[in-house]
Amino acid sequence: MAETLIKNTTGTLPGESELTLIVEQVLDEARRQGASDAEAAVSVGTGLSVQVRQGEVDTVEHQRDRSLAVAVYFGLRQGTASSADFSPASIRATVEAACAIARHTSEDPAQGLADPDRLARDIPELDMYHPWALDADRAITLALEAERVALGADPRITNSDGAGVSSNSGIRVYGNSRGFIGGVRSTRHGINCMVIASDDQGMQRDYWYTVNRVPGELEPAEDVGRKAAANVLRRLGSRRLGTRKVPVVFQASMARGLLGQFVGAVRGGSLYRKASFLLDQLGQPVFADWVTLTERPHLSRALGSAPFDHEGVATRQRDLVAGGVLQGYVLDSYSARKLGMETTGNAGGVHNLLLHPGDKDLDGLLAEMGTGLLVTEMMGQGVNMVTGDYSRGAAGFWVEGGEIAYPVQEITVAGNMKTMLRNMRAAGNDVDIRGAIHSGSILVDEMTVAGE
Amino acid sequence: MQQSLDIARETLFAPAGIGESELEQVFSRLMAPSVDTADLYFQSSRQESWVLEDGIVKQGSHNIDQGVGVRAISGEKTGFAYSDDIVMPALLEASSAARAIARGGQSGSLKAWHQGRGLGLYAPMDPLETMSAEQKIALLREVDAEARRQDPRVEQVIVSLSGLHDVVLVADSDGRLNADVRPLVRLNVTVLVAQNGRRENGSSGGGGRYGYEYFLEDGRALGYAREAARQALVNLEAVDAPAGTMPVVLGPGWPGVLLHEAIGHGLEGDFNRKGTSAFSGRIGERVASEYCTVVDDGTLANRRGSLNIDDEGEQTQCTTLIENGILRGYMQDRMNARLMKMQSTGNGRRESYAHLPMPRMTNTYMLNGPHDPAEIIRSVDRGLYAVNFGGGQVDITSGKFVFSASEAYLIENGKVTRPVKGATLIGNGPDVLTRVSMVGNDMALDSGIGVCGKDGQSVPVGVGQPTLKVDALTVGGTS
Repeated sequence: MAETLIKNTTGTLPGESELTLIVEQVLDEARRQGASDAEAAVSVGTGLSVQVRQGEVDTVEHQRDRSLAVAVYFGLRQGTASSADFSPASIRATVEAACAIARHTSEDPAQGLADPDRLARDIPELDMYHPWALDADRAITLALEAERVALGADPRITNSDGAGVSSNSGIRVYGNSRGFIGGVRSTRHGINCMVIASDDQGMQRDYWYTVNRVPGELEPAEDVGRKAAANVLRRLGSRRLGTRKVPVVFQASMARGLLGQFVGAVRGGSLYRKASFLLDQLGQPVFADWVTLTERPHLSRALGSAPFDHEGVATRQRDLVAGGVLQGYVLDSYSARKLGMETTGNAGGVHNLLLHPGDKDLDGLLAEMGTGLLVTEMMGQGVNMVTGDYSRGAAGFWVEGGEIAYPVQEITVAGNMKTMLRNMRAAGNDVDIRGAIHSGSILVDEMTVAGE
Repeated sequence: MQQSLDIARETLFAPAGIGESELEQVFSRLMAPSVDTADLYFQSSRQESWVLEDGIVKQGSHNIDQGVGVRAISGEKTGFAYSDDIVMPALLEASSAARAIARGGQSGSLKAWHQGRGLGLYAPMDPLETMSAEQKIALLREVDAEARRQDPRVEQVIVSLSGLHDVVLVADSDGRLNADVRPLVRLNVTVLVAQNGRRENGSSGGGGRYGYEYFLEDGRALGYAREAARQALVNLEAVDAPAGTMPVVLGPGWPGVLLHEAIGHGLEGDFNRKGTSAFSGRIGERVASEYCTVVDDGTLANRRGSLNIDDEGEQTQCTTLIENGILRGYMQDRMNARLMKMQSTGNGRRESYAHLPMPRMTNTYMLNGPHDPAEIIRSVDRGLYAVNFGGGQVDITSGKFVFSASEAYLIENGKVTRPVKGATLIGNGPDVLTRVSMVGNDMALDSGIGVCGKDGQSVPVGVGQPTLKVDALTVGGTS
């Protein structure tokens, strides 16, 4: 079936020492050009991705990306520049461009490198680098397998959007003029499949994917195909709903998005701009009292792990929310200084933020809800971070007496984030860990569903 | 176009010593008997951005990127590799990787190099050089001051200014060379206001394929500042949006995001070749009311979504998608056009050399209809009047789409009354335009702010429409 002859694998990465040398060259150049401080990040990534469709190869892509980013400081003024070229001439030009910008920006008392006492000293080994000896032939075989299983699952599955397999490796080295330098090597592999089912009412599409740092931890390709098929089949016959107020269960993958919006509201950038619906809520109950959210940056092999953040600041485990009460913010050095606080080691985002699961699975949550809406897909942005007003397109299932009654589509779900967080009634134990936020499904009391 | 090709050769080929014989060497590596077509996409881009916040310019950044994407197509199969180094060894290596999708030995069929056709919709200049750093900073400060001058309730103003100088050259296995030098500028203002503990925001902006002086003409930049402040202040008064299905009147200009989501994506050639679009196989059928004529037009001078040539070297054009309600055509890139036995419509676009091209929109808009906008409002007993939007999204297979209003009002007894909070509108692409019962005569294009995402690739686009009425659309409010 596979029609390819590619034998090269995803290519090799340069060593950490090679990139460390480039970071040092950048920092030296910044010093030479008169910067009082500087920081630089250099990264190289390599990857292979294949896409198949209807039993044939669609695309074979070889990726190789490089980037060099530098920030220079002249006292309290900053300039940044980036390039994909690591040559000495390019390093000089990139630093020059950053310095030229710093000559025109204003003095800003919050500007500067992370405070030296917050920089990581011991860098824990988080086991994030597991290259996959995958060539295009093998990748194609796996993708074809996922798609074959999905297409063969039921005669109502009539078409395919394809299946894909990807493998990426990367290394990133960060250093600054206060003496910090550290590198992280990581891999990320995935298998995905999306198929289309149709009946006399029209077509539906749905998908499944698996992603992991370790190739052997990926779900088998046939499971990806089977789940994609199951997801799309149950959407056939989708109806609309009349406008009503009902409880809503956000399936785990959607619940992760909901928590992502909460994180956006307690991020430093939103807070110091006063562009958040959670201003001045530190120490206040913002969630229902059973909710605890713990950040675990040092989990071995996890997708959101990081030994230090994008500024070299040590990451550490902490409760962001405990017993429903907001314990801290999500800050980098700049926003922390703007708020008169200390960085929380979140330059670059949160690290494996876990909503502590309840003891019920998804079926148990639906039983607890009784009658209401299960949301399995959301569309559009529709969240006003300043007010918390929430209104998004949705598809999913109408649930009666704790049982799925029929699929629904072309409806919206609306409320206000502040109320939704306080009205969270339960979390499932079906924790989805395919990202930096880990959550099971979430049951929220009463939201407005608009439809016919 | 000759000027663009000269600039592109100088920028992209001269440093690496690439000439026609080197290109021939690359293509002879790339072509195999089963390779139908192949192309090289050379690109050099330079981008800057400046951000003002808290009344000071606190951030500036500068980015340089260049590289070459190498693609070989065999039937429905595509092999792709790229390099961020434009040098012969990297080009040859990428060519070997890309052609590995096809079996068979070397083939030497190369045609004589010739220059492709293209338009002259914008000047082949570097917009970053059209103002000094001092002038750029002065512009940001004036915009900030203008926004703060609007009302004492203005608390925070964020102004960003960005410019892109993009030089591309496409060489394909037909022997065609074509180049484009693409300037693009953008200015954006966000205003936060507060009153009695209630906070709201508003934002406005614009731009296009111009130099930065565009923002000084006709007081445009200051106009964005006033508009952002006005929107934020309107939102302070907004009551809960209604929930349910009702008549919706959409204002002119940016609300054309309706067309982009409801029908635009569903009419892209790749989805229709694969039969995965809700519009697949429906050319010649009625998909809209008789008042609706919708085009995708890449040939408008200086527009954000316009291109002299697309990213496959094809001259852009104005493609009629829907004519008086009847579906007329799809938007095509070369590969999907060939497989569907159609012609490329100049819609082959890519985010960069590191991405594969696919059919994408340029400027998508609806032509004027017969109705007076005031008459359209008067015709509604109870409904929503939505004049500004955030983004939208579509599921092209089921046809369901959303777009989120950021400024909207109730219509009661034929009059626009109270402002309501932002709400998402949801509908079904293949039938929403059949419910368009009135189309105004006030067609406007957006101010130059659109970014379209597809398969992880972002490209600048434009939208537009006259005021129009949809008899029934679902509004996702709470009351």
